[in-house]
Amino acid sequence: MKSHPFDSRRDALMRLGAVAVLPALLWLPGCASAPAETRGTGTLGVVIERADGALTIVDTQQRVVLGRVDGLGDLSHASVVFSRDGAHAYVFGRDGGLTKVDLPQRRIVQRVMQAGNSIGGAVSQDGSLVAAQNYQPGGVKVFDARTLELVADVPAEVAPGQRSRVVGLVDLPGQRFAFSLFDADAIWIADLNDRAQPRITQFAGIGRQPYDALLTPDGRYYIAGLFGEDGLALIDLWQPQPQPRRILAGYGRGEAPLPVYKMPHLRGWAVAGRHAYLPAIGRHEVLVVDTASWQEVARIAVAGQPVFVMARPDGRQVWVNFAVPDYGRVQVIDTPTQQVVRTLEPGRAVLHMEFTPRGDTVWISCRDDNVVRVIDTASFTTLASLPVKAPSGIFFTPRANRMGL
Amino acid sequence: MTQFKDTCRAVDEHQIAPVFHDRPMDFPAPLLAAATLCLACAIAPAAAQVPDAQRRAELVRLVRQECGSCHGMRLAGGLGPALTRQALADKPAESLVVTILQGRPGTPMPPWRAMLGEADAQWIVAELLRGFPEQTQDAR
Repeated sequence: MKSHPFDSRRDALMRLGAVAVLPALLWLPGCASAPAETRGTGTLGVVIERADGALTIVDTQQRVVLGRVDGLGDLSHASVVFSRDGAHAYVFGRDGGLTKVDLPQRRIVQRVMQAGNSIGGAVSQDGSLVAAQNYQPGGVKVFDARTLELVADVPAEVAPGQRSRVVGLVDLPGQRFAFSLFDADAIWIADLNDRAQPRITQFAGIGRQPYDALLTPDGRYYIAGLFGEDGLALIDLWQPQPQPRRILAGYGRGEAPLPVYKMPHLRGWAVAGRHAYLPAIGRHEVLVVDTASWQEVARIAVAGQPVFVMARPDGRQVWVNFAVPDYGRVQVIDTPTQQVVRTLEPGRAVLHMEFTPRGDTVWISCRDDNVVRVIDTASFTTLASLPVKAPSGIFFTPRANRMGL
Repeated sequence: MTQFKDTCRAVDEHQIAPVFHDRPMDFPAPLLAAATLCLACAIAPAAAQVPDAQRRAELVRLVRQECGSCHGMRLAGGLGPALTRQALADKPAESLVVTILQGRPGTPMPPWRAMLGEADAQWIVAELLRGFPEQTQDAR
């Protein structure tokens, strides 16, 4: 194609433009001018793309994908916590990577390989510390939330040279973290008020094989689910001398458990009104327990082994997803009647759900359909379907303002 | 319980779980015990029928994704131990097949017998021992 005189002039202009832009780019980091798009962080969220080691960043108001951040390593079973301002996500990868991601800028700001095999983490009450729970080497590592410099290493050493895998890590009021030791039937509380000298309180014999735990939204009760026996371990943290005790002991009534193809997750969302809704292990049931007496008040038959049992923020509904092979379904429990009122089929391989903060929508990741569905929790209509490759965990920034998340 | 299919896409059962059709999902306990008892003969090499290409793709997906929830998608371990070639080097294949089908009592490893036949388990073990294949794009 013959070059038009205008083309060469345009090229010259473009070169000039590049020269003009270059100093501007170099100057940008120190510059206080507004970014192209101003927005707060309250509507931001991330979706883990587990196969690709990437995060999809979403806006929960517009229900759109804003962008993508990759290079986060092995994100099978990844989880995320947020800085208090909702601007940074701390992503815990299976491979022990801890990555701090700037959400508005959509880029990695810091990344450390802090263990060989990690499972999740928590942010301290004041937002200054971020703790990671690790399988290998078993223990908890605590980092400065700003710099990701190591502040404290708490090996879960249960006998000389023998460590336990750590699960169920949550933040507690007062710069403390609670966690459970899968291999040691124990719950530990680490007090980080003195960063140089963490104080560890240990509770032994809490029940066989704690697999995950939750903190009630008021920060009062720490509850660890037990894989090795029918029941859960509960600690009332408001007692002057907290002691673990067993709740829902023997809920299986001696019946042989069904195979558990995927371990349930307890973190965060089980409390609706005065009741907690908890997955039964090896039973296709949700257990309902009164949080005043900690007695079982009901059990609700559901479509499979529950994985996540999540209360809508107002507690009016509880949504349940399931382990393979029943993970094409999601069920909704109406809490006043304690009945399953809806069975949805949002897509193949439902792995996670997340509510918007006031519960108007729930976002559901359908791994094998490469889609995140946004569903209206009142009408159950699908409001949006966002393309995300092999989505798993969904995390919205309002988690930054809740204990135990 | 109301089936709700108007606004959410109705999903064909076979599409949800191509891996599982033709296989009984819920074993009554006695049946499971019986199945376990005759496992020793069932896994004799002569019984093996190599899974076809489509089934192999399903098995790769199953191992990477579902087994991956405990063993890691890269099979480097998690709540479950690592299943890499190196990690399994000194493990006899027969015992690994039994572990897959029967589970390991006292651990979170469940019996996968309701979803996997002997030939499936044997193929999975053989592939694990030589380094498990990656999942291809269409192997869902």
